[in-house]
Amino acid sequence: MMSSNSQHHGYARKTSFWKRIHLDIPLLLGILTLMTISLMVVYSATGGSSFMIKAHAIRIGIALLVMFFVAQIPPDTLRRWALPLFVVGVCLLIATLLFGYSSKGAQRWLDLGITKFQPSEAMKLILPIMVAHYITRHALPPKIKHVMFGFIIVLLPTLLIAKQPDLGTSILVASAGFFALFLAGMSWRIILFLAGAISAFIPVLWFFLMHGYQRQRVLTFLNPESDPLGSGYHIIQSKIAIGSGGLFGKGWLNGTQSQLEFLPERHTDFIFAVFSEEFGLVGVALLLLVYLFVIGRGLFIAARAQDPFSRVLAGSITLTFFVYLFVNIGMVSGILPVVGVPLPLVSYGGTSMMTLMLGFGMLMSIQTHRRFNK
Amino acid sequence: MFLNNRASIRNPSAEISLFIRRALIAFTTVLMLVLVLMVNLYQIQIKSHEAYQTRANGNRIKVIPVAPNRGLIFDRNGILLAENRPVHSLELVSEQIDDIEATVEKISQIISLTIDEKSQFFKSVKAQRRFKSIALKNKLTSEQVAKLSVNLHLLPGVSIEARLKRYYPFGASLTHVVGYVAKITKKEQQTIIDNEEQARYAATRDIGKQGIEKYYQRLLHGQAGYQEVEVNNRGRIIRVLNYHPPVHGQDLFLNIDIRLQQQAFNMLDGRRGAVVAIDPNNGAVLALVTSPSYDPNLFVHGISTKEYKKLLSRDKPLINRATLGAYPPASTVKPLLALAALENQVISETSYIQDPGWFKLPNVERKFKDHLAWGHGKVNLYRALEKSCNTFFYDLAYRLGIDKISEFMYKFGFGDYTGIDIHEEVSAIMPSRTWKKNRYNQPWYIGDTISLGIGQSYWTVTPLQLANSVAMVASNGKSFTPQILGASQSENGLLQIPAQQRSNIVLNNNDNWRIIHQGMWNVNNSPGGTAFKIFKDAPYASAGKTGTAQVASLSEDVKYDKKKIKERLRDNAIYVGYAPFQTPEIAISVAIENAGHGGSSAAPIARSLFDIYLDKNTSGLSSGLLQVKQKNLDKLGQTL
Repeated sequence: MMSSNSQHHGYARKTSFWKRIHLDIPLLLGILTLMTISLMVVYSATGGSSFMIKAHAIRIGIALLVMFFVAQIPPDTLRRWALPLFVVGVCLLIATLLFGYSSKGAQRWLDLGITKFQPSEAMKLILPIMVAHYITRHALPPKIKHVMFGFIIVLLPTLLIAKQPDLGTSILVASAGFFALFLAGMSWRIILFLAGAISAFIPVLWFFLMHGYQRQRVLTFLNPESDPLGSGYHIIQSKIAIGSGGLFGKGWLNGTQSQLEFLPERHTDFIFAVFSEEFGLVGVALLLLVYLFVIGRGLFIAARAQDPFSRVLAGSITLTFFVYLFVNIGMVSGILPVVGVPLPLVSYGGTSMMTLMLGFGMLMSIQTHRRFNK
Repeated sequence: MFLNNRASIRNPSAEISLFIRRALIAFTTVLMLVLVLMVNLYQIQIKSHEAYQTRANGNRIKVIPVAPNRGLIFDRNGILLAENRPVHSLELVSEQIDDIEATVEKISQIISLTIDEKSQFFKSVKAQRRFKSIALKNKLTSEQVAKLSVNLHLLPGVSIEARLKRYYPFGASLTHVVGYVAKITKKEQQTIIDNEEQARYAATRDIGKQGIEKYYQRLLHGQAGYQEVEVNNRGRIIRVLNYHPPVHGQDLFLNIDIRLQQQAFNMLDGRRGAVVAIDPNNGAVLALVTSPSYDPNLFVHGISTKEYKKLLSRDKPLINRATLGAYPPASTVKPLLALAALENQVISETSYIQDPGWFKLPNVERKFKDHLAWGHGKVNLYRALEKSCNTFFYDLAYRLGIDKISEFMYKFGFGDYTGIDIHEEVSAIMPSRTWKKNRYNQPWYIGDTISLGIGQSYWTVTPLQLANSVAMVASNGKSFTPQILGASQSENGLLQIPAQQRSNIVLNNNDNWRIIHQGMWNVNNSPGGTAFKIFKDAPYASAGKTGTAQVASLSEDVKYDKKKIKERLRDNAIYVGYAPFQTPEIAISVAIENAGHGGSSAAPIARSLFDIYLDKNTSGLSSGLLQVKQKNLDKLGQTL
């Protein structure tokens, strides 16, 4: 009986199997492609270190498992947990500022005894859940007062994170919240007003809120050659790596800038430069296509989600993923100042990988927990 | 507040289409931003590719100069006089070290460092450029090399460098011929820059400072090569991309015979003096000895202040007496004065004088004394040379006059540079009327001329000039520029340096050569000759002339008594000679300061050198060079 069924409805049965275990195959394939690229480039960037590549592979495995488990959680459960998660998240951020663990002049970690924990990372997901939950409680498009309150929800954790200071994460958290509001349909007038307000806010940010090293990063960004051995070194070496790659690149494991260690942070934030040097513009174009596929699939899942909360959440997660991508490539190739944002799913490092995969787990959950097909 | 709004009426399909519109706008924005990224990457990777490619290569490719090996120096028989030995030194590159003092402290726990070495090092650290390596300790022993090697990985920026350093196996005996090399000074560096030779010297640390090492610096040095290497961001060499080998310096074969050099140096035995031997047939310098001397190896690694102070002693070991020492020639120039007189027909082979023991100018009371107070009686030219009779030559000089004397002596190179191939040389003084006018603004007095007759007064010569003049006498007037260098050997083969002939001395009467040769033969061979005892059993015939130069002028009535005079005021002993008498192969001058009589002190050295040089059983001189060439080619083959 089963066998004749699968013969007649083979495709449908298969789909329903993946659906039953809550995995979205196209998205998973995109993610796995990026992870394969990641393993290759990290291997090259660490000079063929088997220790590093093993650690990276284990993290990827764990991240996939985490994604799988999160995918089993129905979106509705996430929605119900939105407020408690947010409250706990904000409390932890406050705790981090008060009792956090300092390294390299920033207080980002909370020591939980057995492990260190970065509450700002969790906030990258908690905030879009919270905003999506809050804004979709009402009819869409949202009313101005709801948008305003939404902004307060966004600003609270953003400022707490910026205070640590962690510019990269605060940008990502703020974007996630903003995208939720944008996708919910906040009016263009507010968006324009916001754009004006932000432009007006930049001088205030520059003179009163930014730290010395953050200002230095921006100055360096504007003219990296002013201090080629100091603060401009990263970006100059990175551009040399990218530029010397040319159209087809120098070949895997053959990038001189990375193999001879002229490129700093080559397996973490600047891994895109390693990739560009070794695979050239052609490789870069293919990589960006894979990313666009993942983003496209994410937005597709969002558009087909069954309720407003899922839609907004899925869209926000996907667009935040793009922000990672854009900020990272932008900074590595010199069109954005250097902020500590990794290349999503490719850079070495467990924390960002885990956060991203949690997000993708949610996307898969949203895709596979639909009760009916439209 | 939440609850009130929850009840608002929702339109799901409108919300969906609103979302899809927003999502599409977002996706379009995403595409546009990706396009922005791509355009920028296109600019970097395609448009500016070449510029970045160049910079990437500039990062990774470094050109490192490779020092050429300095040419070796051999004597005429192929004995090694200057070689290159590997020396290990501990070097630091300050750019690669975070805390230099801590690093030096760590090193001093592994091997002992003197306070001197440390202070010297820190001085250089301040003076040098940060990326240049600076030696902390030179001449590491193999034990120190081993101890440091195992700890090197704990000391970034510290390395043990093996370099070839000059070594002079014969030490002090050759210093004033071969010279030495030492670290290039700022001034020398400037000269290199002025001559646009930076590329040639790119990897060179030492340069010739004296003697042959300085004179033939260009030949010995060669041309630096270079290698293109790939380095990582810490400057460590990953691999060699390209290698252009250096052109090694040429090996030099000197005319010097180390046996003569050593023998003369040993016989001088620390006394102040000089010995020069020249081949009259070609001007080849066979020996050029100065005593006292010093060990040139002290200078190669940088001499300490204490050691250097020792060299500034009263005996002046730093002075090359053979070429810089100006001595009164005394009686050794009597054969030449006789020749001048014969040529000017002031005397003849048979003319004679009566020597009462003194010479007096007409109408002047002052007596010029002979060394025999009672005089030599009837004296002709032969007897005058054999006995070195002063009165005969007072009279002779008086009759010749200053102008004829100085004019004739210029022909034999007195008062002028010989042009020998080392830079350390003085011209000494051949006095003349104009010289005295210029020097002292005084007229020439007739008394000055009388003293010239016995090689005193203002007349000074260097031992080199003296030997060279004897070589001219021995070869009947053939004149050469004295040459220390005999041949050079490069990759293109052996190049013999031809003798540098000058215009010969042509006499009015060629027979006059025979007369003075005979006179000089008498000195060594006639039983009454002043050097007879020294040469009496020699297996060859030789000719010569002794000289005893007054250093301090004694008043007219005081008799010279060696024992009563302080050592520094005693006479200089001088001897000149050549051998074999018929076919001269070696001409020599020996000068020893404050040693007394030339016959007893100086002549034995000449005798000994003649013996060695003319002993055909031990010398393979004529064929020596060719054998050496073969030997060295074999050696080269082995080392390559």
